[in-house]
Amino acid sequence: MGHVTPTDVNNPDYFHKVVDCQWACPAHTPVPAYIRHIANGEYSEAYLLNRASNVFPGVLGRVCDRPCEPACRRTRVEEKAVAICRLKRVAADHKDDIKKHLPKKPDKTNGKRIALIGAGPASFTVANDLAPLGYECTIFEKLPKPGGLMRSNIPAFRLPEEVLMEEINYILDMGVDLKLNTPVESMSSFLEEGYDAVFVGTGAPKGKNLDLPGRWDAKEGIHIGIDWLESVAFEHTDKIGREVLIIGVGNTAMDCCRTSLRLGAKSVKVMARKPRAFFKASEWELEDAEEENVDILVNHSPKAFITENGKLVGMSFDLMEYDIENGRITDQRVTGEKIIPCTDVILAIGQENAFPWIEKDTGIEFDKWDVPIVDAVTFKSTKSGVFFGGDSAFGPKNIIWAVEHGHQAAISIHNHCQGIPLTKRKPDEVELKSTKMGMFEWRYSNSYDGSERRKMEHIDLVDRFKKLDTEVELGFSPEQIATEVQRCLNCDVHTVFDAPKCTECDACIDICPVECLTITENAESEEALRTALPSSEAPDGQALYVSTDLPLTGRVMIKDENICLHCGLCAERCPTAAWDMSEGIVHIPHAQDQDFAEAAE
Amino acid sequence: MTSFVKPRIARKNAPVNALGLQRQDYDGSMSTLCAGCGHDSVTAAMATAFYELAIEPYKAVKVSGIGCSSKTTAYFLKEAHGANTVHGRMPSFATGAMAANAALTYIGVSGDGDSLSIGIGQMLHAMRRNANMVYVLENNGVYGLTKGQFSASADIGSTAKKGAVNEQPPLDPCIMALAAGATFVARSFSGDRKQLVPLIKAGLKHKGFAIIDVISPCVSFNDHKGSTKSYAHTYKYYHKAVHADYVPPSAEIMTNYEAGEVMPVELHDGGRILLKKLDPDYDPKSQAAAFSKIMASKDAKQILTGLLYLDETKEDMATQNNLSDRPLNQIPYSELNPGPEALKELQAGWK
Ligand SMILES: Cc1cc2nc3c(=O)[nH]c(=O)nc-3n(C[C@H](O)[C@H](O)[C@H](O)COP(=O)(O)OP(=O)(O)OC[C@H]3O[C@@H](n4cnc5c(N)ncnc54)[C@H](O)[C@@H]3O)c2cc1C
Ligand SMILES: Cc1ncc(C[n+]2csc(CCOP(=O)(O)OP(=O)(O)O)c2C)c(N)n1
Ligand code: SF4
Ligand code: SF4
Ligand code: SF4
Ligand SMILES: [Mg+2]
Repeated sequence: MGHVTPTDVNNPDYFHKVVDCQWACPAHTPVPAYIRHIANGEYSEAYLLNRASNVFPGVLGRVCDRPCEPACRRTRVEEKAVAICRLKRVAADHKDDIKKHLPKKPDKTNGKRIALIGAGPASFTVANDLAPLGYECTIFEKLPKPGGLMRSNIPAFRLPEEVLMEEINYILDMGVDLKLNTPVESMSSFLEEGYDAVFVGTGAPKGKNLDLPGRWDAKEGIHIGIDWLESVAFEHTDKIGREVLIIGVGNTAMDCCRTSLRLGAKSVKVMARKPRAFFKASEWELEDAEEENVDILVNHSPKAFITENGKLVGMSFDLMEYDIENGRITDQRVTGEKIIPCTDVILAIGQENAFPWIEKDTGIEFDKWDVPIVDAVTFKSTKSGVFFGGDSAFGPKNIIWAVEHGHQAAISIHNHCQGIPLTKRKPDEVELKSTKMGMFEWRYSNSYDGSERRKMEHIDLVDRFKKLDTEVELGFSPEQIATEVQRCLNCDVHTVFDAPKCTECDACIDICPVECLTITENAESEEALRTALPSSEAPDGQALYVSTDLPLTGRVMIKDENICLHCGLCAERCPTAAWDMSEGIVHIPHAQDQDFAEAAE
Repeated sequence: MTSFVKPRIARKNAPVNALGLQRQDYDGSMSTLCAGCGHDSVTAAMATAFYELAIEPYKAVKVSGIGCSSKTTAYFLKEAHGANTVHGRMPSFATGAMAANAALTYIGVSGDGDSLSIGIGQMLHAMRRNANMVYVLENNGVYGLTKGQFSASADIGSTAKKGAVNEQPPLDPCIMALAAGATFVARSFSGDRKQLVPLIKAGLKHKGFAIIDVISPCVSFNDHKGSTKSYAHTYKYYHKAVHADYVPPSAEIMTNYEAGEVMPVELHDGGRILLKKLDPDYDPKSQAAAFSKIMASKDAKQILTGLLYLDETKEDMATQNNLSDRPLNQIPYSELNPGPEALKELQAGWK
């Protein structure tokens, strides 16, 4: 009979995966560690810890796509995740002046010149990682202000300009040169300028059009969502008609509808082709739009634009009906048609990459969809020394992915400039530190707090629309902060088991409030071992911790990482301290951690 | 103790029993015993047995005497009835309660001190009466609560923590139970919940006196080298003779056992206890065989465990004495006390 081999807790991924939020975060932000700082009132420390991973805590604390929250362990204990994103904002809002803790512009450069095209989060992250190491970084941006879509598309009522500028300035202060109003119009000639490396962070700037009958008859009133948001952001557009239809129901659509209301629209309808379960927009963006009385109409498929004398007067839609099985559409049919009058239509149906300025003969190859061929680990293109990252690499994603691409591209650029193979990258490491301070005393608050998720307060509706840039979310109050931090289960404080100490008294098994431990005979597979637990459900990716053989009986201790609350009761109960609660610090190397001497051999 | 009380978690998809209750609904207040005490594991096994049998907690009675073991009735089934009685007096309290209300499920928890010294007479008479209860004797070889004096179950040669050697012969609750007429005699170990939980379930369903002698190490005063009731010693000499599983009345017997290895014993409620013989030559239905086997195991330095003896034929106390199966508190006063005329009539019958 085969035996399951004991878990290797020194594998950096093992405990990292247990920290659901951190594992789900593209930049692997150490969420529970920063939440503990907030709980201690150490806002600056919380901010800096965030910044080391995600570079833009103030921005992301407001508008991050937050893939961490659906992953949060708390959702397996109760309905709602820890308000991870909102707590990030708390750190940014309440920190002291942290400038002195940031890397300074180095006294002298290393002579390597790096060009970064596009001033979005991807390029800024590359600059953030490389400038302190002595690289001369120059960012080229076609628009008059930096930030990429964070500036041009994400409305100021969600992300105030000062918040964005503060975090951009931290990077510019490291000696990064920013050239605004400087579009790169020919890659061929740009490559002749002799940069040691070029990073393309130009985003996915092309909004999709909808070529239906009547589209070109209207002289005005039909807008491409991302272009329209940009012209609002740069104050070229300051009003819109009375009745606005938004086509599409993704996050861009949500920003378009809410912006329309602030520019004077009296009625705004978001037109969705499918039922709500198929919406692309995040649930919280939908809620925020609906709070502002935006109508969302489902099962309307756009058919034609209706114009009178070159003026847009409405749109016709096919009314749809769908057969849905197990969350998938199996069949659909048109049950009728409907005309909805309007003064304006905003198309928010997606964006694409577009590189009209990269000539075909530069050595940078594109695939059949005109997307550049980019390596998913190193972010190199097919041309040596040219790297892509952010939305320009693999199509539109979000800010936190752009940041992570930037970190990885920076490692590659550093290796490229130092003559180290791009694939030679420092691996992640995990460091375990006991949190024990004494009998039943730990460096973290281990008791379980059953409080429900705190609700973010919003500014009153009447005040909200007075100005375009009035921030809607008010931030958490001190009481809300105090409660929300305690909801975090500290998933990075791990249960670490030392089998030789165990006397098999079962005390930990009995105390565990979620029954995730047991001692059993080893078995041929993990599934077979799991049957020894009262609840053997194993959601994707959640591991079973298997100990080495126990000294008295040769059986093994197993633990389901899925539902452990990290409450530490097992460790408190153990008479021999075979269980310990150890903080696992995952070290994720960035460019500065690539130890050159060692990596070069 | 721990720094905070085991929290109640509104866990999604938490397993439930036939009553829709979760395992945590069978918990009691937080244990105050020493961390690692075997008694806590026995508590968990008892709670699990009630949970798995889907017995309403308020239809159970927990009774105990004095000792660390006896304290544990507070740590499971918080909605159940019960009392901590005087030292060694739990059996008579339980017998009386049972006479007044036979419709409840009775579980007694005691220690080797509580049962084998001060309470020995009480225990033997409850066995002799075949009172319908499970009697869990948490056996650690010492008086834990009073800081580790040898109890009457300490083996000859076993040493106390500070080195004193016990010279007196031990009392074996299983041997005494066989002699006194108990109809369900079992031994188990706090560290073997796979054996212990089914045994408690079978004991709860057995109609009559079920004793389970559970080796339950005292981590503070009797878990050292030289002790014969330590975790290490028990794991080392542990021997399983007969495994017992309870099968409810309607359920099919899933026989994935070798033929002849398994003996089903029909219970009064229509359910069955499946006896699985791990020692092929063992006969758990023979009192004489049980005696000799237990005696022989001592020479072989084995701790013989499992359901060592089962007799489903002997009537329990309530049946023998023709007691009402209606709880006294549900019988109208006029019926309970029919008046002087009825008394006269009764007395006339004895003249
Ligand atoms: C309406 C809308 C709302 C969004 N909301 C969110 C949100 O709430 N949360 C979230 O995480 N993400 C959101 N996103 C997505 C997010 O903004 C992008 O994924 C992210 O900004 C991509 O970063 P980037 O660095 O790759 O490129 P971008 O941010 O797109 O920046 C690219 C920059 O390059 C410049 N540029 C392009 N071509 C050239 C050239 N040839 N020469 C010089 N400069 C050039 C552009 O002007 C731009 O400034 C949203 C996107 C849209 C459209
Ligand atoms: C009448 C009386 N005599 C003596 C005592 C002191 N006493 C308390 S507990 C105990 C023995 C308990 O031993 P055991 O039943 O084995 O319980 P354990 O603590 O070992 O689980 C004694 C003698 C008492 N409480 N009452
Ligand atoms: S409970 Fe805390 S540490 Fe665990 S996944 Fe949620 S936010 Fe992260
Ligand atoms: S920390 Fe220990 S006691 Fe708490 S839930 Fe996890 S395994 Fe159970
Ligand atoms: S003294 Fe012994 S019997 Fe009492 S609680 Fe502590 S370990 Fe258990
Ligand atoms: Mg005792």
